[in-house]
Amino acid sequence: MFDGRDPIYVQIADQIRQDVLRGDLQPEEQVMSTTQYATTFRINPATAAKAFAQLVDDGILYKRRGVGMFVAPGAPDRLRAEGRETFFAESVDPVADHARALGIPLEDVIARLRAHAARTAGAEQDGAAS
Amino acid sequence: MSAPLGVEARGLGVRYGRKVALGGVDVAIPAGSITGLLGRNGSGKTTLASVAAAFRRPTSGAVLVGGEDPWENEDLLPRVLLVRESGDVLDVETLRTNLRFVEDCRPAFSREVAERLMDRFELDPDAKPQKLSRGQKSAFGIVLGIASRADLTILDEVHLGLDAPSRYAFYDALLEDYVEHPRTIVLSSHLIGEIERLVEHVVVLDHGRVLLAQDADALRVTGVSVTGPAREVERFVVGRTVLGRQQLGGTAQATVLAALADGEAAAARAAGLDLGPVPLQDLFVHLTADGAADAARELGRAR
Repeated sequence: MFDGRDPIYVQIADQIRQDVLRGDLQPEEQVMSTTQYATTFRINPATAAKAFAQLVDDGILYKRRGVGMFVAPGAPDRLRAEGRETFFAESVDPVADHARALGIPLEDVIARLRAHAARTAGAEQDGAAS
Repeated sequence: MSAPLGVEARGLGVRYGRKVALGGVDVAIPAGSITGLLGRNGSGKTTLASVAAAFRRPTSGAVLVGGEDPWENEDLLPRVLLVRESGDVLDVETLRTNLRFVEDCRPAFSREVAERLMDRFELDPDAKPQKLSRGQKSAFGIVLGIASRADLTILDEVHLGLDAPSRYAFYDALLEDYVEHPRTIVLSSHLIGEIERLVEHVVVLDHGRVLLAQDADALRVTGVSVTGPAREVERFVVGRTVLGRQQLGGTAQATVLAALADGEAAAARAAGLDLGPVPLQDLFVHLTADGAADAARELGRAR
């Protein structure tokens, strides 16, 4: 964990953003304190504090004085809007490049994406039914 | 009064006879930080620690702790603690008695923390230091180091004798107590990979001089490992400082000093290059290898 090329505080902030996007952290839910975060993941508390400060600046988290930090109500929508912008540039374009290099027609890639989406949706319905 | 104490060395020189241990060192250790003091054997780490803790007088220049000269400073020294691997304990007295002595001269000492850590490291209060194993001696040094809650706590290679699970217990105990009672902690260690996320600031000494002193996160991102087709790797490293290079067939890997702009990283990936992080430990090995001083100077300028 936290072995990417970005500064550790950026990686921590990214991970919390992912948790919010996936719904593992819900709006108005309290997040770990800087102290808990530092001791749980064995990282410097100042590094953790920097990550949380960035998330507060970005409107993803907000502080309740004397209580702790919480996920902002509009955080998932905000992250989805931001994610859309980078998704095509960072995720889709490299796939298209890679497919071309391997000689895979774009139609095959699209078919695969459709099949995957159908499978995932099916699994979610099964999960909801049981 | 209790507040974290920073350290500032100004033109600090220490000589042992003809041997120069520190040659005109200018460096600051920020108050309230956990700072990693790194360097190869004989680089001057222990000498710097000893001068800051007033175990030793400088030959030239000065060191200031919380803005004051620590030498024979009765008000300051109870707040400054240096724990050395050798332990500095009374060998013929029990650990319990040793703890009581330390408690008497350390105003912020927490008996509760000491007892909890004695339990955690399975140390018998009735044992005498001379009967302890190397690992147990290290553990006792750590108990004293953390429980004293000194405003400047310097831990010089204290965890060398510990096995991995005990070292992790040490890191956990240190962080837990640090967040509750902030102070300046200087951690000198050869186990850079293990402490790199604990430290906020890094000072690297080499041959009695400061190779670099900077924010740990900033240091970590100044190294990039580039892997990919040899031709593309060669193109990428042009004009950059290359710390290391490996090649296997048509694939090459280079470690370079570079803070990449977003566009540069994307261009490199488009050219089929993988960009990876360089662990602090590897950066340290490259920088302190003989003849690497130029690269270190560049790194100092780059920040």
